[in-house]
Amino acid sequence: MKRGDSEQPADVSIAQTAGQVDVVLCGRLDLASAPGVWKKTNAVFKSAAPRSIKIDAEGLSYCDGAGISILLNLKRVAARLNIHFELAGLARDYEKLLALYPLEKLADAEPALPKSSRVFVEEVGKATSNFFGMLRDQIAFIGELSFVLFKTLLHPKTLRIKDLLITADASGVRALPIIGIMGVLVGLIMAFQGAVLMAQFGAEIYIADFVGKSVTRELGPLITAILVAGRTGSAFAAELGTMKVNEEIDAFTTMGLDPVRFLVVPRVIAATLMTPLLTIYANLAGIAGGAIVMTGIGYPLVTYVNRLTSVVTSMDVIGGLAKSLAFGLIVAASGCLCGLRTGQGASAVGNSATRAVVSSILLIILADGLFAVLFYFLGI
Amino acid sequence: MSESDPIIKVENMTARYGDRLVLDSLTFNVERGEIFVILGGSGCGKSTLLKHMIGLYPPASGDIKIGGSSVVNSHGAERDEVIRRFGVMYQSGALFGSMNLLENVCLPLEEFTDLKEDARELIARMKLSLVGLADYTHHMPAEISGGMMKRAAIARAMALEPQILFLDEPSAGLDPITADELDELIIDLSRTLNITFVIVTHELPSIYKIADRVIMLDAKTKKIIADGKPAELRDTSDNPWVRNFFNRKGQAAGTDE
Repeated sequence: MKRGDSEQPADVSIAQTAGQVDVVLCGRLDLASAPGVWKKTNAVFKSAAPRSIKIDAEGLSYCDGAGISILLNLKRVAARLNIHFELAGLARDYEKLLALYPLEKLADAEPALPKSSRVFVEEVGKATSNFFGMLRDQIAFIGELSFVLFKTLLHPKTLRIKDLLITADASGVRALPIIGIMGVLVGLIMAFQGAVLMAQFGAEIYIADFVGKSVTRELGPLITAILVAGRTGSAFAAELGTMKVNEEIDAFTTMGLDPVRFLVVPRVIAATLMTPLLTIYANLAGIAGGAIVMTGIGYPLVTYVNRLTSVVTSMDVIGGLAKSLAFGLIVAASGCLCGLRTGQGASAVGNSATRAVVSSILLIILADGLFAVLFYFLGI
Repeated sequence: MSESDPIIKVENMTARYGDRLVLDSLTFNVERGEIFVILGGSGCGKSTLLKHMIGLYPPASGDIKIGGSSVVNSHGAERDEVIRRFGVMYQSGALFGSMNLLENVCLPLEEFTDLKEDARELIARMKLSLVGLADYTHHMPAEISGGMMKRAAIARAMALEPQILFLDEPSAGLDPITADELDELIIDLSRTLNITFVIVTHELPSIYKIADRVIMLDAKTKKIIADGKPAELRDTSDNPWVRNFFNRKGQAAGTDE
């Protein structure tokens, strides 16, 4: 066969006679035509078990890497099934191309274990060991952080005030709008839901009790902490993670500067102090939300406020703020820990930010449960 | 220790990542004032060796001594003193992104000296002008080019007048002219301040120009396969791969895959 038209897509014809297969290729064998040819040629081995296979490539006008892969595949399967393989008429240029890929180099050096052979027990073991490794990391980090925080309290001059103020601005002041909106909405929704229920008993005035207590004791601190985890915890993890990837953390270490003192302490102090302040703001916003509903259903504002001040005690507010102090510490510390433990590459930074948010929200809820028990026994 | 003793001693150092052996029992010295280059194909452990030498990773076994004190086994004040003997320029520069160049260079001075602010600033400006960045003191790292970042990182590494500078791929990713300027800078600093340089690179022109001595790591054996002056290794090494490396030839025996 003569070399075909170079624009003609590749075509293949297969003739089988008593154990002998003749494959004739012609046209332009490229990435576009490869899938069809690959399918047709592979079918040869499925139908019958030939003893020898002969490829006539003289008609090929063009052959790229994808085309070569078809020839290699035939050669490879033939070798595996012990079938005599013969290739004829391939242009010299393409022969060179084919020679670039010796079959033995294409095999997997160490064949990966098939998934099914990974035993369940092994997976559980690995996960457990990872979990305890992480736990150990966290305990070590908490120890280191407490030590450095304590040292900073003894020598306040070593604290980097400028960094602290920048972080306080970013995690506190800039969070005011979103915390305000969330607070008002939560107060409003709570009051509205309560109003529907309590109207049946003519007890709408108790909405003030309901909103006041739940916002100051529970919802204010919790919503603030979750928002701080989403805004600030993730930002800490991403910042420190990027610094880790950029070798900036290494630079601190080899300069003899402790990254925990330099990067973690200002962030932790700033976020821990800002969270209660934001909680006060969220509380006020939530109560304002309740006021909107109360005035909407016809109660004067002063009745609502009077009711509030008589029900909500200072212990409710202080208990809520104490919780939020702990929540702030949790968010900041786990954000920084996740950041410092970042691996290599851009996806590692994303993973750290995700881990920071998930673990801090989980820890916040756990801590909230502990506080509930503690407050119960303290009678708060 | 006397002035003639090697400034860095690496003794039987083995490095591992988990189970994977990266460097096998390396032993070599770096002499005072030398420009010492660590060479090798991609993935042979050059940067790993550097990170072990500066104490970022603890070796699996063996020891590294800088100025007579161990980097591996020193703690507290002793370690601070060892660390103070060297400065490091990382591959990416690793300038602190939240500070401008002046603040970056000032930071170590602020932390480790009792200098007043005006003195710190003057020293930082001196260092920056030494690397040709006198006009960029108030630029943030994100606002300058890759070559400038590397030079600023050298200025920061020199802030505390170290005896040794470790440079990780100083000319990688730079245009030939900027790379050449950086080489000139290294030679100048080495001659005028007698700073010892330990440089990881595989830029051949740069190696011929600056290196007093090179060692070459091999990815297969995890050992040093050549040690000497670059021109001598190119012409007289017994190892064909080493000769080929210096002559920029492929298809060699013992490639790094």
